[in-house]
Parts: sequence; structure tokens; C-alpha cells
Amino acid sequence: MRLPDGLVAVVKRDCPTCVLVEPVLRRLGAAVWCQDDAGWFDGDDTDLELSYRLGIETVPTLLRVADGEERARVVGWSRPQWEELTGVAGLGEELPEHRPGCGSLSVDPSRVDALEARYGGSGLASRRVELAELEDEHEALFDRGWTDGLPVVPPTPERVLRMLRGTTRDPGEVVAVVPPDLVECTVEKVAVNAVMAGCLPEHLPVVLAALEAATAEEFALHGLLATTYFAGPVVVVNGPVAARIGMNAGVNALGQGNRANATIGRALQLVIRNVGGGRPGEVDRATMGNPGKLTFCFAEREHDSPFPPLAADRGVPGDAVTLVAGSGVQPVVDQLSRDPESLARTFAVCLRVNAHPKLPMAFDAMLVVSPEHGRVFREAGWDRRRLLAELDGLLALPGAELVRGAAGMVEGVPEALAGSTLPKFRPGGLLIAHAGGDAGLFSAIVGGWVAGETGSVPVTREVRQ
Amino acid sequence: MKTVLDPTGERQPAVRALLPRPPALHGRTVGLLDISKARGDVVLDRLAELLAADGALVRRYRKPTFARTAPVDLRHEIAEQCEVVIEALAD
Repeated sequence: MRLPDGLVAVVKRDCPTCVLVEPVLRRLGAAVWCQDDAGWFDGDDTDLELSYRLGIETVPTLLRVADGEERARVVGWSRPQWEELTGVAGLGEELPEHRPGCGSLSVDPSRVDALEARYGGSGLASRRVELAELEDEHEALFDRGWTDGLPVVPPTPERVLRMLRGTTRDPGEVVAVVPPDLVECTVEKVAVNAVMAGCLPEHLPVVLAALEAATAEEFALHGLLATTYFAGPVVVVNGPVAARIGMNAGVNALGQGNRANATIGRALQLVIRNVGGGRPGEVDRATMGNPGKLTFCFAEREHDSPFPPLAADRGVPGDAVTLVAGSGVQPVVDQLSRDPESLARTFAVCLRVNAHPKLPMAFDAMLVVSPEHGRVFREAGWDRRRLLAELDGLLALPGAELVRGAAGMVEGVPEALAGSTLPKFRPGGLLIAHAGGDAGLFSAIVGGWVAGETGSVPVTREVRQ
Repeated sequence: MKTVLDPTGERQPAVRALLPRPPALHGRTVGLLDISKARGDVVLDRLAELLAADGALVRRYRKPTFARTAPVDLRHEIAEQCEVVIEALAD
């Protein structure tokens, strides 16, 4: 819209300074737009479009306009400034010399994202989908096949803009090529799905890093999605970012109830579904799946861990995510061991049954050691490397016990391996993390997927803001 | 009216029509792709026998691992050399 030449003002009736200067504005014959009362002056800016386009931060704002262009501007009430701008002497003689203005509604934090989405040339590239007046917005998103079975937050342009404030990365930057459809996925598309998952803007950098890790070649996301096996991506978060965004590494860390844990893992899965096109019953052929395919994300409990941070041990210190293929949680109970050798034996016998007790090197796993179990290793001075070495020794399995037919079970390795000793896990196939609440002499095994080069390799990536 | 942003990849997949099914396999080149699943060879060995008995020329291929998509070169090789392909997913 072209501004009228002369004096132009923006006010709101809720502002005492605006009420104070009303007689002055009327005397000057200014063209006045009001933000909160369409009938106060001739100009109605209750949709705040003019305020947004003029970049009004304070009301009243008085402009001098010539040839449709702003030539001068003052904010609040100041007799000398108003007299200088208008060239009229003796303005508002009954008023005090000076009064500060009030905040413009167009910069109200609760409105600014919607205004930017509506008027700002937001730069959002995603197709806009208009929902009909009578459509229930949540049902509409179910109907379009965009949810994981639970309701999602409708990804309105203003919510997506707010989400994008969580990163400094360009909304148009391609983060990943997402299988199975091999679609280039931008920061903006991740933000759309993060909104739907229920993320806060500060969660977005972790979602972006998780997606980068999940789409690394060696993670084999296409196969992980397509497999008949149970597994899906599991996200372990390290570094100060975890506490800063309110992630849970303590009580019930692998369970429900924490927004960051729940929504970051969910956002990753929604990207795979919506951007990549990976849907159950289509490319996802899981025989049963597991509940962690809705979301499986937790922070490592670093402050009292016997081990260095998982990501740091894998070469990425600081804020980082580690993606592993995970198939749910198998409990490990040992309430009596107080020395590391005994506890390691408990871990070993429980790890041996991963997928099947007679299948060596076939499936990876992650052992999540609880604080009470971790204390045993910390007090004994065992770090991750020491515990892994102990487990390697305990999980060197005699081939005779593993061959087909042994122990009355057909499942197993070929007869030719009867004389050999076989490790349960390939080198690097067992990860160890530390998480959980203060109490409980339990740990957890997160069974993995097909191991290593033939399947998925865990991937660690830095979280960038 | 509520506006939401499309969360999908916004792609319209290119639809390609399948080639017409050959009326008979006699004299045709048939590729058998083993995806490296356990016992896939059992299925494919028997299929190879039956196809050979029908006068088809059988070529065998193998993916390095069932857990990943077939390498591009392998897909090209099959497309260049075969008129018909059978993929075995077995356990």
C-alpha cells in the first residue's frame, strides 16, 4: 500500500501515551492507523499489516511522508521532536514535555511469527496446504497420512518459522538425502516435521544432527527401514546441549515423559516417513517392529559416568549424537555383584542371548549401564575400554556350542565351525553407554540389527547450532 | 482457514509402465538375483533348473548384502544383459 503524503501515525488505544496525544494528532490532521480499535481513527490496522511493513516497534510512531516515502520518524511523545518533524510550533501545550511510548503489537513475541509468515515474504518453500473451514485440523493431518499414528502439531507457517529460529542454518540448506525415496531434505522440511513431532526450536539442531547421522552411507537407513527385523534408529545425545535443552539422562531415561527425548526421536522418524516415504507396510516390512520406532532418544548420563562420553570415545567430543540401530530393551538384573568381574559376567551371559544365543557376530547391541552398576566399575577404575575387553574375553564362544543342531536347536552356525572359537560381537559391534536413575541395580541391553558392513554401523555426528 | 506446510518430499514419483510380459521364456535371458539372504540359493537353484528345462538362458547375480540396496553397477548389468529378472527373497 502507498502511504499518503503528509503526516502518518500508528497508535494503539491501550497505550496511555497514544491516548494522551490523540488531540494533537487530530489537530495535525494526521492519517492515523490504530492497532487495537478499528473505530478510534480512520485507519484500521488491527491485522497489523501496516505496522509490520513499516517496522513499527513503539506506539505512537509519527512519520512524515513525501512521494509515498518515509522522510522522518519519531516514537513516543516528545514535544520538541514532534514540532521539528511537523514544522508546527506549540503542539500539545497542555501535555507534559515528554512521555515514552508503548510496545507495538506487531513486535509482540506471541504475534511476530504469524506476521512474518503472513506478510514477511518468509522464504518458506514448502507447499502450503489450506485446510477447509469444517475440517478438524488434527483429523486432516491423519487423513493425509502424515502422522505416525499419534496426533501431530499442525505445522503452520508461523510455527515452522519459530522452529527455524532454533538454528542458524539456512532453511534451504540440504541436510540429507532421505531413503527410501532418496529425497533431498532441507532444514525447512526438517523443521516442518519437528513442529509436527512437538519439538521446541532448541531441539532442532539435535534433530538435524540425528538426521545427518542416520543418512550416512554406513548407517544403511534404507535397509534398516526395509528389514523384517525389529530395529529402528536410536539416538544417544552427548555434551552440554543435552542438559541445555532439558533432555533426560536420569530416571526413566529410556522411557516416556520428557519432551526433548520424546520429540527428537519422533521428529527423525517423521522425516523418514514423510520426506523419505518410509511407511510401515510399504517399504517398512518389519514383522513386528518395536515401540521404539515411534521414538527412541536419550541423553547419556555423563556427570558420574565411569566412562568417557560415548561420542567423545568415538572421536566427536562435545555436543554430538550417536545413531545406533536398536530393537527395544532387554532388562539385565544383578543385585548382588559388587565387583566388576562378577558384574561383567552377568552382562556377558545376558548379551550372549542377543537375537539368539547360538548366533555369533550376526547382530550388534548397545549395553546401557545404570548408575548403580556404573559405580561398581567407577570405583574399580574400569573405563569403557576395560569393560569391553573383559566382555570380549567372556563372549569368545566355543563353536561346538553354536553349530546347527547343538543343544537340540537347528538354528546356529555351519558344522565346519565346530572347532573354532567365535566372538559374540564383531569388533565395534558392542556399544556401551551410561544412563538411568540413581536407584536400581539394573542395566539394559538394546539389541541391534545386522552387524557392520553387511548391515548398519553406528554413526556419530557433531550437533551444530 | 488454517494453512499448514506440506511435510512431505513433494515428489511425484515417475511412473514407468512395465514391459509387456513375454508369452514364453524359451530362448529368453532370465536373470536370477540372489539378495544374499540365507537359503535364497535353494530357491534360485531350483528355479534355474526349471527355467533351463523350459529353454531359457539363465544368468545368476548376487547382491553383496540383503541389508542394502543393490549397487548401481549391478542394476545396470542386469538391465543390459537380461530380458526378464526374478529376485529371490528367502529365509
